Amino acid sequence: MTTLHAARSTGSRSGRPPHGSPGGPAAWLRDLAMGARFAVTGGREGWFRTALSAIGVGIGVAVLLLACSAPTVLDAWHGREKARENLGQMHEPRASDRTVRYAQADTTFHGEPVRGRLVRPDGAHPPVPPGIAHLPGPGEMVVSPALRALLAAPDSAPLRARLDYKVVGTIGDSGLLGPQELTFVAWLDDRSAGEAYRISRFGKIFDPQPPSARLVLLTVLACVVLLMPVVVFIGTAVRFGGDRREARLAALRLVGADIPTTRRIAAGEAVVGAALGLAAGLLIFLAGRQAVGAVTLWGVNVFPADVVPSPGLAALVAVLVPAASVLVTLFAQRAVTAEPLGVVRNRPVRRRRLGWRLALPLTGLALLLSSAWAPQAPDGWFPVVRLALGAALLLLGVTALLPWLVEAVVARLRGGPVAWQLTVRRLQLDSGAAHRAVSGITVAVAGALALHMVFTTYQAGYAQAYEESASRPVIQLSGSTASWGQARDALTTLRRTSGVTWAHGTVRAPAGREGDRGTRDADGYRSVQTAMVTVGDCAELRRKARIGSCRDGDVFVAKDRGGRATDPAFVRPGVRLNLNPPEGYEETGPPRPWTVPDTARRVQTVRHPGEDLPGDVLATPGALPTGRLQAPTTELLVGYDKARESDAVERIRTVAFRVNPGLRELSAVDNPHDRQYDGLRTALFLGSVIVLLLIGAGLIVSTVEQLRERRRLLSVLDAFGTRRATMGWSLLWQTAIPVALGLALAVTAGLGLGAVLLTLSGAEVHLDGAVIAGVAGSAGGVVLLVTLLSLPPLWRMMRPDGLRTE
Amino acid sequence: MTPDGSILAGEGLHKTYGRTTALDGADFSVHPGEVVAVMGPSGSGKSTLLHCLAGIVRPDSGSVRYDGRELTTLPDAERSALRRTDFGFVFQFGQLVPELTCLENVALPLRLNGTKRKIAEATAREWLARLEADDIHGKRPGEISGGQGQRVAVARALAGRPRVLFADEPTGALDSLNGERVLTLLTDAARDTSAAVVLVTHEPRVAAYSDREITVRDGRVRESLAGL
Amino acid sequence: MSIGHTLLGLLESGPRHGYDLKRAFDEHFGQDRPLHYGQVYSTMSRLLKNGLVEVDGIEAGAGPERKRYAITDAGVTDVAQWLRRPEKPEPYLHSTLYTKVVLALMTGRDAAELLDTQRAEHLRLMRGLTERKRQGDLADQLICDHALFHLEADLRWLELTAARLDKLARAVRG
Repeated sequence: MTTLHAARSTGSRSGRPPHGSPGGPAAWLRDLAMGARFAVTGGREGWFRTALSAIGVGIGVAVLLLACSAPTVLDAWHGREKARENLGQMHEPRASDRTVRYAQADTTFHGEPVRGRLVRPDGAHPPVPPGIAHLPGPGEMVVSPALRALLAAPDSAPLRARLDYKVVGTIGDSGLLGPQELTFVAWLDDRSAGEAYRISRFGKIFDPQPPSARLVLLTVLACVVLLMPVVVFIGTAVRFGGDRREARLAALRLVGADIPTTRRIAAGEAVVGAALGLAAGLLIFLAGRQAVGAVTLWGVNVFPADVVPSPGLAALVAVLVPAASVLVTLFAQRAVTAEPLGVVRNRPVRRRRLGWRLALPLTGLALLLSSAWAPQAPDGWFPVVRLALGAALLLLGVTALLPWLVEAVVARLRGGPVAWQLTVRRLQLDSGAAHRAVSGITVAVAGALALHMVFTTYQAGYAQAYEESASRPVIQLSGSTASWGQARDALTTLRRTSGVTWAHGTVRAPAGREGDRGTRDADGYRSVQTAMVTVGDCAELRRKARIGSCRDGDVFVAKDRGGRATDPAFVRPGVRLNLNPPEGYEETGPPRPWTVPDTARRVQTVRHPGEDLPGDVLATPGALPTGRLQAPTTELLVGYDKARESDAVERIRTVAFRVNPGLRELSAVDNPHDRQYDGLRTALFLGSVIVLLLIGAGLIVSTVEQLRERRRLLSVLDAFGTRRATMGWSLLWQTAIPVALGLALAVTAGLGLGAVLLTLSGAEVHLDGAVIAGVAGSAGGVVLLVTLLSLPPLWRMMRPDGLRTE
Repeated sequence: MTPDGSILAGEGLHKTYGRTTALDGADFSVHPGEVVAVMGPSGSGKSTLLHCLAGIVRPDSGSVRYDGRELTTLPDAERSALRRTDFGFVFQFGQLVPELTCLENVALPLRLNGTKRKIAEATAREWLARLEADDIHGKRPGEISGGQGQRVAVARALAGRPRVLFADEPTGALDSLNGERVLTLLTDAARDTSAAVVLVTHEPRVAAYSDREITVRDGRVRESLAGL
Repeated sequence: MSIGHTLLGLLESGPRHGYDLKRAFDEHFGQDRPLHYGQVYSTMSRLLKNGLVEVDGIEAGAGPERKRYAITDAGVTDVAQWLRRPEKPEPYLHSTLYTKVVLALMTGRDAAELLDTQRAEHLRLMRGLTERKRQGDLADQLICDHALFHLEADLRWLELTAARLDKLARAVRG
């Protein structure tokens, strides 16, 4: 009624028949404006429909904006990482007023990685990394806000003991990758002197490695898989409440609008919906961005301010979303003719063809498989495009296949109780509205499942790796050491530590042949053949080789290949070695000769899997004082028993850090991926549920509209004495059948796509039944919800009011 | 107007919708096999009277007795069940389920009653034949003419062998030839099965197919005694 | 249509001179055919003879007769019966029916009931014709249909009149 009135009033204003006149630009604008007005007028229900569309489109737009921000985020992230780091300069600068000695002191606390850096300025004007006002002095450190908070936490006692520095400052945002990053910069003392290298500035300079082709492919695929559902969902959201609009267009035709005019009006309405959607999307994006700081994914945590859509891409979204919504609307109109006396769907006559619908996903699958079978993909755009296109086609194919599937399955359904019959017949006559709403579910769920499957499998890989390392309750630490004495003290302390069952360790260093000057390569790097010298007391050496009797002052030589030496003649009793082999870019100073005693016995070495090599020469400290070694390193192995001390791992780390902050932990005793994975799973699940709920809302709208259209029929059925339950069941089936079919298709396609992706990355296929069940369960829940919420209107429409003839 | 021997009788029926009084103390009765026309101008309350008598609407006051049972105090579910088993309905338009074939539409009330599909559809076939509409079994309501649609509706109303058939302007949307044919078939079939027919109409020519007519005016029934 | 019943009905509201009667008749029912004074006189004589009216008084003086008539109880009963009796449905029944309705309204009787009674009579006839049509051959059907259409038109008029009774009552009494 409003529509008719609106149309008439427009007509009277222009003083001539409102429509059917040849469309100049003015007519175009007028029609678009009228459509726009329809989008925002139309009472409470009209608003509800428009709002629903806007929210649906808005969620899609927000996701798109987030995706558009990825380049900016990574730029900012990498930029800050580059600015604060220096992995060592090719030619180490000379000590000066403007240099600093620098070392890494990373540690782990309860599975959280903590980035640590140690500094000791050579003079009064050292370089300072971003975010820090002054470098810390002796015994001091500056910390990130997150680390400061962690240190203050009640159960952080082992960490406080470990980072036994005085906190003198906070690292600013410019020195952090994200708000949650745990990092500190502390004074470099003698304990880690061996780890340090000299630098003259901060700011990493290196040629970025081109990402591996495989990684690019997977990234592109993930983008496609993530964004396709968004695109399809936007397409669905634009058409929420479409039946009602079509009826309105029919009313416009009655007052004389021609078909192009109705199309323009529909386009105007769609544009407004899309524009509201863009606005909603921006709001959702801005709100969601605030939450970004709290999220850590794959060790990536960023500041909300970093999440800025790249302008070009954002503009593209702003243009493409309204354009796409208009296109979707017009495309939908092609199959529908709004005749003056009602909407004619040109559908039931035509059977849907399987051909091209099947061709889409099959082409996609073929593209994906050809990628899998092709020899290792070379760099370049072709494989990337092929994969992206393959995944996109597969997912699009699912959307295209759904209408055919619904039609084909429904056409074969027969019999059943009355409620079932009513539904089946209805779907047979026109399944358009049903699958339109559900196709969004299908693609979203298929995409989510595929992604989820990939992550599940990676997760399974990690889990396996960690299980192996965790099956040996051993922590392996390695780093530079000052002397055997330092290593021995560390072992003594560790053995006294609660929860530690045993501890072993030796000191090792390379040794060259006396007089060997080595050769320089084109870069100027000098290399020389070296043997490995291992120093430890008799007990430690006994673990490395079958040495028999041993006293301090003894030396042993490996009978077999115990170390790095490739020439068996190189290391033998009586040979003269150079303990300061001329290796590296710089001059290393005078040679330090040492003679392997003639009395050294040849022994069989013992190798322990997962540990460093035993060594070519094994010497007791009495025979070879470690002070003579050049750049000695130590390797410590610590066994523990969590049953005796639940926090044994943290205690060991603390002890090791206190011995030498520069010691690196080589083992992997806790799996940080578990939590990330759980988070991802939750996110995917939540995303799926939100999409399902939104689509459920769309379904409710279309269901209620359809009920209203059939008000009279419902009253008649009620007069017949039709049970309410019968109609309720019919309503349930009407939602359940398309959703079930859509889900079946989604699960098939999702698992198929996931399997292909996994095959591509050479991983084993792994299924997570719980998630599939979860998604299926929530879809069932949505079906129930839609039905439950549609019941009150159904019962209201079944009242005899509908029987009254007006 | 004696309810003695009547199968359905309403007494002192009152019904208001908001401020409008649809029925203001209406009385009515019909005997088995009798066709009673309910006439009156539009808005007089004819349809409301039918709805009250059929147990679709509960009157504000008054009683409706069907076969010794008081309908007004019967719970909704039992009234629904009664409508399924004992009553049949024909309306002016929009009563066929558009998705179901004509045969399925006719079989629908039987199936609602729990009759097996095969049996229900066999019965439906017979009734369609009886109403001279046996060539449209497989067609959907959208594919047939109004006259055919009304025949399907009548067949559907009669297929369940109702004891009372309620027809609300059953030929309102038909031309006179089709309308008269449908009425002839309807009243013949009803008389054959001794079903009582409550025929709501504002058309004298339709009312002429009844045995007796009553007129509803301003929510009251004026039963003419002339000609008795 | 019965002029006698009409004049009787007019007298129900009170005694009148012959001349007044003619004027009242012409005013309400004489749209196409005004009454001759002679018709009034002869009708009144017949009614006097049948005891349905009596002479209430004669005004002295010359000129035309100045008799004043009043209705008797028998006359009132006669009017009532006439009004209540449905007319045999026939062409151009309106004027009679119209007269009856107006008289009923003028005399405070239930005009709606009158109309309903007439409707019932019409329907009775239609029912009969319908029945004949159902059993008869094509010729019968066509003849019956012709009659049915006329009756239907009458009935429509009855319906319309019934719907406008209030308005008519105001006009008549007004």
